[in-house]
Amino acid sequence: MIEIKDLHKSYKMGSNSIHVLKGINFSVAEGELVAIMGSSGSGKSTLLNILGMLDEADQGSYTLDGLAIKNLNEKIAARYRNKFLGFVFQSFNLINYKSALDNVALPLYYQGVKRGERIDIAMSYLEKVGLANWASHLPNELSGGQKQRVAIARALASNPKVLLADEPTGALDTKTSYEVMDLIQGINDEGRTILVVTHEHDIAQMTKRIVNLKDGLIIDDTRVNQVRALSNV
Amino acid sequence: MFSRDNWSEIIEALTANWFRTVLTAFGVLWGIFILVILLAAGKGLENGVKKDFGGMATNSMFMWAQTPSKPYKGLPKGRRYNFKTSDVAAIKQNVPDLRYVSPRNQLGGFGGANNVVRGLKTGAFNVYGDYPEVIMQEPMDITSGRFINYSDIKDKRKVAIIGEGVRKDMYEPGEEVIGSYIKINGVNFMVIGTYKKKGNNNGNAEEAQKQIFVPFTAFSQAFNMGETVGWMAITANDGSSITELKSQVFDIIKSNHSIHPEDDRAIGNFDLYQEFSKINGLFVALKAVAYFVGILVLLSGIIGISNIMLIVVKERTNEIGIRRALGATPWAIRGQILMESIFLTIISGMAGIALATGIIALINYQLQGMDTSEMMFSNPSVDLGVVITALTILIISGLLAGLIPAQNAIKIQPVDALRTE
Repeated sequence: MIEIKDLHKSYKMGSNSIHVLKGINFSVAEGELVAIMGSSGSGKSTLLNILGMLDEADQGSYTLDGLAIKNLNEKIAARYRNKFLGFVFQSFNLINYKSALDNVALPLYYQGVKRGERIDIAMSYLEKVGLANWASHLPNELSGGQKQRVAIARALASNPKVLLADEPTGALDTKTSYEVMDLIQGINDEGRTILVVTHEHDIAQMTKRIVNLKDGLIIDDTRVNQVRALSNV
Repeated sequence: MFSRDNWSEIIEALTANWFRTVLTAFGVLWGIFILVILLAAGKGLENGVKKDFGGMATNSMFMWAQTPSKPYKGLPKGRRYNFKTSDVAAIKQNVPDLRYVSPRNQLGGFGGANNVVRGLKTGAFNVYGDYPEVIMQEPMDITSGRFINYSDIKDKRKVAIIGEGVRKDMYEPGEEVIGSYIKINGVNFMVIGTYKKKGNNNGNAEEAQKQIFVPFTAFSQAFNMGETVGWMAITANDGSSITELKSQVFDIIKSNHSIHPEDDRAIGNFDLYQEFSKINGLFVALKAVAYFVGILVLLSGIIGISNIMLIVVKERTNEIGIRRALGATPWAIRGQILMESIFLTIISGMAGIALATGIIALINYQLQGMDTSEMMFSNPSVDLGVVITALTILIISGLLAGLIPAQNAIKIQPVDALRTE
């Protein structure tokens, strides 16, 4: 599903440039649930941004489901993001003047799906995350866990190939974190490829594979026995 | 682009902060309000002043004989001469672009002695010998009977059309006028009509109603004028200007009367068109000032909108980042900011136009109840063209106001946007 070869990325900070990714080789098969771990500054967010086409690598190749991702202009990048990727952020990033339902429907809006159809699809995903009764609520009327579940529903709405989650449990307490992870595991069980960036070991243990990043290089890539989140709740 | 979704996005974004939206809108509202009011006031002044011309054919001039100031062909300067009826024919023949050439003779004058008698009543009035065309040059309403016609001219009928002012002085109220006789300088004329003049005749509305018109030929015969013509009213065709044609007319007169070709003082004239053009020029300038001031005021409103949109974009950095991460193309973002700005501009502009026209309607309603004939102001109004111009200005300025903020919005990288929290 994802093929990365010799990926380099550096940022310019004033006069000196910081080499963040120093040659990443990495592949993810369909249906995997991968945790990317590392201390802050290890380059895990940068990697995720490149995977999410929010940022472009300086060097190296990136293939997503057989499609080479390079030299994208903004318009095409936007279309690929919309079609292939779903994002879940640490700070939820819901649009606060839109109801939960409208938030979930937003990716479909940019796909040009008609309103009625859009609402139906969005509603079905809200049901899936167990928030059908909160469809008309604004984000600030929801709890943190509920917000993240709305965000997950939104990421799924466009039926993407890969779900990218950047510290999805970073702003949540342990109990809610596990609930969210249970949801993510459930989605993975249905066969969707998911990448989770985290620095929490217990969260990482709930995935199927842990990739450890340090100073811009992969130092460790191991498969783990998945811990089901539900057993910890 | 104009789908329901788009609109609900715009409305949602603008209603997210009501107070700010209204305050911003007020800037544009005020600008367009000033523009429309200024234009309407200018129009009102113009209507008021032009009303004085009372529908007179403005492409006209009046000319009369003065004394030559240069000796020519053995004739001395300072001699007296008069226009002749043959001059009228010569002018008509040689200057084809003229519509009317009306010779006129006159009796009496301002503050003249009594010259009209009817029974025991006497009065001093201006008496004109005229051709039927004069009613096209100096419009008047015939309130009863008829005006002079060509049969009157041909048969030299001694008939007269009198003003409402004359009738008031010379007749008892309710007395039958048509068919009665009045004696002008000792000659009886039958009254065949009465008139009422429009306009205020250079501020002399009273005097304008105290005139008597008789056929030119009858006048000449009755008062021993012979071939003499006192003065002429000449109107040019619509396509050409009398100011350009008048030198041709003067040349004919000069050659007919042995006047030095460069003697400009031998013929007196009053060029109505020139006067009218001067006034017209004034109003063009006034309109330009109104546009200038109005658009400048509008501009400050537009800058306000642009400013607010910049802040809005800044505030929504995060939201724009999310939208882009979810697949919004740069044009979708740019379009949304532009639409918001244009929408806000047009809505507030419409409100401004509505408010201004409301006030104009109110002023008109007030003016209706008053006698405006003495006022230099009447019927302030804006035509559809002005409103359409204003709307065009609004759309363009909304676009301009949104341009910089929209450009700023697409400069936001999703990564940066999502990191700001």
